[in-house]
Amino acid sequence: MYGVRLKIFGDYACFTRQALKGERMSGSIPTPSAVRGILEAIAWKPAIAWQVDAVHVMKPVRFTNIRRNELGGKIPVRSIHDVMKKGGSLATFIESDRQQRASLVLADVEYYVEAHFVLTDRAGPGDSPGKYLDIFTRRLRKGQVYHRPYLGCREFPAFVAPAEHIPASPLADSPEGNRDLGWMLYDLDYRNGYAPMFFRAKLEKGVMRVPAPDSPEVRR
Amino acid sequence: MNAIQNRHDFVLFFDVENGNPNGDPDAGNMPRVDPETGYGIVTDVCLKRKVRNFVDLNPPKVQESDGAAYHIYVKEKAILNQQHDLAYKALSLDPAKDKIKAGDVDLARTWMCKNFYDVRTFGAVMSTGTNCGQVRGPVQIAFAKSCHPVVPREVSITRMAVTTEKEADAQKGDNRTMGNKFIIPYALYRVHGFVSAPLAQRTGFSQKDLNLFWDALCNLFEHDRSASRGEMAARKLFVFTHAEALGNAPAHTLFERISVQRAGDASQPPREFTDYTITVDRQNMPAGVSLEEKL
Repeated sequence: MYGVRLKIFGDYACFTRQALKGERMSGSIPTPSAVRGILEAIAWKPAIAWQVDAVHVMKPVRFTNIRRNELGGKIPVRSIHDVMKKGGSLATFIESDRQQRASLVLADVEYYVEAHFVLTDRAGPGDSPGKYLDIFTRRLRKGQVYHRPYLGCREFPAFVAPAEHIPASPLADSPEGNRDLGWMLYDLDYRNGYAPMFFRAKLEKGVMRVPAPDSPEVRR
Repeated sequence: MNAIQNRHDFVLFFDVENGNPNGDPDAGNMPRVDPETGYGIVTDVCLKRKVRNFVDLNPPKVQESDGAAYHIYVKEKAILNQQHDLAYKALSLDPAKDKIKAGDVDLARTWMCKNFYDVRTFGAVMSTGTNCGQVRGPVQIAFAKSCHPVVPREVSITRMAVTTEKEADAQKGDNRTMGNKFIIPYALYRVHGFVSAPLAQRTGFSQKDLNLFWDALCNLFEHDRSASRGEMAARKLFVFTHAEALGNAPAHTLFERISVQRAGDASQPPREFTDYTITVDRQNMPAGVSLEEKL
């Protein structure tokens, strides 16, 4: 196990709850899968798998509401193939397939994250944990990203910085920083048909501890 | 077509005078305002819409060597004056009954990126039933935020006509209706965006595409005039170019180099662009990062 620590912050965030995705509502804390996405945006190879250990909440949880005109449909692959074969034009008209959807999103967020990675069975003989740890810390220090990490949705960019020391959460002594967050999405099980996994999330002294993926706390 | 090799982070400033830059459907089309701070907001999708419209109106000449076309997939009817064949309509309404093979999705994805500028720039979601035909575009835009709290004004207007005969009868021929529109007297907005070189390589987003994108940002409002918008203009575009594909400096430290101050009498509300000074800290730029003012 090789641990990393980093600070993640941004103006807005939307970690959409599964049950509330028609009109998106964010959870109050990032899910482990959202944090994993941020880590992978910095450095990832099939040889490694990121696991989140803890999320420290550094700012009070605040929500704000945004309603946008969104496109209802997805692009049908079938019509692409038809146009590829027969020609003709392909377009979708936002006015005829418009959905006004509200999003309840988090405003002004800052987290410290503890995570580590493990080598997967796709790691080759030349792969060592130290190599990937070096790559990650070098990229983090230099501000390098594969693509800009984001806080749940791509319109909410995440900024990341190395964190040697994690300060105590300002929520440590407040009821807000010590509460049961209920069942939270842990991650998707990609080897098993994208099946969702859940765990019972709790904030204690402003910190959410995340169980290991194979622990009994993670329900599939 | 060769994809771009460098990461870019950009800051765009645009302003509005006596107009509504982006209405809030939740607030009767009032300009979007962060209720806690009073700062104005313009959403990412609002700005992406204008980039699409610009490219649709000003498609570059396609040369054989390009290997890519500049169609726009997500269109707005209002600006569409092209014929679209009935065949397409019939096709799009056709539910995907046939099973689609995984390899076909890859083919379709590649074809879409090659033909549609907005797909290879912003990405798109293609459904196959298993929902795996996603394109993540290299260009990512955040919300724009005003540089000071805004105070939208509701302006009542009259129309010297009515819509229905019933209304005319009720008014005994007076035939007047009242309406209203919202305006922001003045606001300067700032927006941040990102261009990822590794994702560009996946969609084939080229240097020509990028130049077109900068062109679109500089002329974002020149072809978007309407009664509700008032006078809007792109004012400044700062582009940080990294020597390496993954970047040479954290984006937030680059954005912090560009700051906005009030010029003139700060006790008065800002009413024009000259009420602001935008300063750029060019001292000790991180190695490998260059800053260009495109506008």
